[in-house]
Amino acid sequence: MKFINYLQSIDGVSLYPMVSLVLFTAFFLLASLWALKADKRTIAHNSRIPLDNDNTQVL
Amino acid sequence: MSLEKFSYDNRTVKWFAYATVGWGLAGMLAGLWIALSLVIPQMNLDYAPTTFGRLRPVHTNAVVFAFVGNGIFMGIYYSLQRLCKTRMYSDLLSKLHFWGWQAIIAGGTLTLLMGYTTGKEYAELEWPFDIAITVVWVIFGANMLGTILRRREAHLYVAIWFYIGTWVAVAMLHIVNSFEMPVSLFKSYSWYAGVQDALVQWWYGHNAVAFFLTTPYLGLMYYFIPKAANRPVYSYRWSIIHFWALIFIYIWAGPHHLLYTSLPEWAQSLGTAFSIMLIAPSWGGMLNGLLTLRGAWDRVREDAILKFFVVALTCYGMATFEGPMLSLKNVNAVSHFTDWTIAHVHVGALGWNGFLTFGILYWLMPRLFSTQLYSRKWANTHFWLGILGIVFYVIPMYWAAFTQSMMWKAFTGEGQLKYQFLETVTTIVPMYALRGLGGILYLSGVVLMAVNLAKTVRRGTFVANEPAAAAPLPKVIPVHGKTYWHNRIERRPVQMTVFSLIVVGIGGIFEMVPTFLVRSNIPTIGSVKPYTPLELHGRDVYIREGCYTCHSQMVRPFRDEVARYGEYSKAGEFVYDHPFQWGSKRTGPDLARIGGKYPDSWHYNHMLDPTSMSPGSIMPAYPWLLDNRIDKTKTPAMIRAMRKLGVPYPHNYELQANADLEQQAKEITASLQNDKLETLPDREIVALIAYLQRIGKDIKGNKDLSDL
Repeated sequence: MKFINYLQSIDGVSLYPMVSLVLFTAFFLLASLWALKADKRTIAHNSRIPLDNDNTQVL
Repeated sequence: MSLEKFSYDNRTVKWFAYATVGWGLAGMLAGLWIALSLVIPQMNLDYAPTTFGRLRPVHTNAVVFAFVGNGIFMGIYYSLQRLCKTRMYSDLLSKLHFWGWQAIIAGGTLTLLMGYTTGKEYAELEWPFDIAITVVWVIFGANMLGTILRRREAHLYVAIWFYIGTWVAVAMLHIVNSFEMPVSLFKSYSWYAGVQDALVQWWYGHNAVAFFLTTPYLGLMYYFIPKAANRPVYSYRWSIIHFWALIFIYIWAGPHHLLYTSLPEWAQSLGTAFSIMLIAPSWGGMLNGLLTLRGAWDRVREDAILKFFVVALTCYGMATFEGPMLSLKNVNAVSHFTDWTIAHVHVGALGWNGFLTFGILYWLMPRLFSTQLYSRKWANTHFWLGILGIVFYVIPMYWAAFTQSMMWKAFTGEGQLKYQFLETVTTIVPMYALRGLGGILYLSGVVLMAVNLAKTVRRGTFVANEPAAAAPLPKVIPVHGKTYWHNRIERRPVQMTVFSLIVVGIGGIFEMVPTFLVRSNIPTIGSVKPYTPLELHGRDVYIREGCYTCHSQMVRPFRDEVARYGEYSKAGEFVYDHPFQWGSKRTGPDLARIGGKYPDSWHYNHMLDPTSMSPGSIMPAYPWLLDNRIDKTKTPAMIRAMRKLGVPYPHNYELQANADLEQQAKEITASLQNDKLETLPDREIVALIAYLQRIGKDIKGNKDLSDL
């Protein structure tokens, strides 16, 4: 429980935020790519899910 | 394909709706009380449970966890069933969830009034409640996940992703911030100390805003606005990008609560940068919601529900622009510790959370009771009362903030500070009165809504189990276009949950791990020593009475602060502060260098009656401190707990601690006697004086602690 084991220093602590930035950018680009290229009918179907209370699997 | 018959559970939704309204009224009333007690200090009633410091956490916990919390559950239980085309997974879990949550709220209210608090904002409830919250949250998650797994609609509508993301993030935030060492049944000390505690606290605190006040409500927005407007959301594609961008970026914004403090520079900058980036997804969500109503604005004119939704989104947009602006260091230098922070909070809370909740209630309750709303006119009146309430709340707060901040920073031609701290408070009290008026207006609107809904309930018939039918999921889910990996994830909610946890955890880990591990982040100051047993008791009194709600303990490196308070605060000074008490607001002056500034007798008189030492002060009086006895039986447990947390008390020191305590107490009693004040050494006021006289003294050099 004690915080006795502090590292004296971390060499290149800037690696941490760099890694996270790269991860984020990569993920964001992928997610955006999917969202922009997804099929129109899928998107139309998905956006209507709250409204069509009795929709069956309309294709 | 034959349709499966089932029924939606409306009973749980109804209960959550009632709880939302009830706790909303209670929480807002508490808010109004404390707002007015700043104008009329007699409203503190000379009674511990009704002092500002005790009532403020009651207000914040009630409006966030009881009002918004029940609102979230009301909305999720209604929408999730219908989006998944299945009943909630378990009626038993629904009951346990509901009653468990209300029990936590009721118990929490009582214990907060009694002074059982961790001293950490929005996480004040002590450790037994932290465990209870975890249990109820798991029940909620199991119920949600079970429902999703049983769904008859293959695609997870975007609202559901927000619900899943909320569940995951809140679980992580709550657990990490609740690491604490119990001392007794209702007392614990934060596992973290000083700078680390501050960082964890505001990682938690800002993400409580993100994942309790924002993401679940965005999910509700994505469901209820299309329902109310009877049209699909403007751009489903944008909503996907919005979701992932938001939950990733939000996590990093926490350090913007700690600008110009002793938090390492690089962490502050990270917080600022990501806070600015956050404008994009936040406004994306706002625009997506608003544009859903394109071409239907004439309906907004007629329909109170749509009015509430439009203003809610607009306030969301305002708050999510203002927030990033407040995260800029130069703006924050002016705003921090002022009422600007409170104004900002309430644009979001009253506008976004409040108005969205009201819109949902007005839409939902008539439908649950198969009737029309009792009075549309009253709903419109409520809308205008609410708007006026927000305006009268927020604008005086901006005025007060700028006025006070400029007065703090004003110097005369000779280079002296122009205003005493107290002058900056008395000047803005009229603004506090106007803000109180805003609160009265807003609360009146909510009362009107409660009556309207009660009359609606009376005239309707409740359908506890709403019959429905839907086709079961086909064996092969048809997919259009190429099967991108996202489609696969979207249909696998368990994987989605895990993925969200990873995304959301990355920000936290990468901000906090370096802070914790790198020793050079917290430069050691040799003269900083642990608190004495008497000072520890005093610190517990300070936390119990909620002093941190009005007093900060963080002198920033600004000329005016150094001139007014003394040397600016260094990270290494706080290494033994479990929990940290830097505070967020200066209704009273900063106390980081209060040690040794005034004689013991000044503090005695000031706690007994603040106006005797500070004429015009709005601080409550604390006469019971002169009568309450220090609970010395707790001392050994306190020392042991602190030692376990890493504070270097010598081995077996707890056997001697009370003797040291009594010795130091006698010295203080003697010095009080010199100033003609009679008190006994075992009274809490003595402990508090000991603590106050210690704050900030360690770096001032070799001063005898009782040398006054």
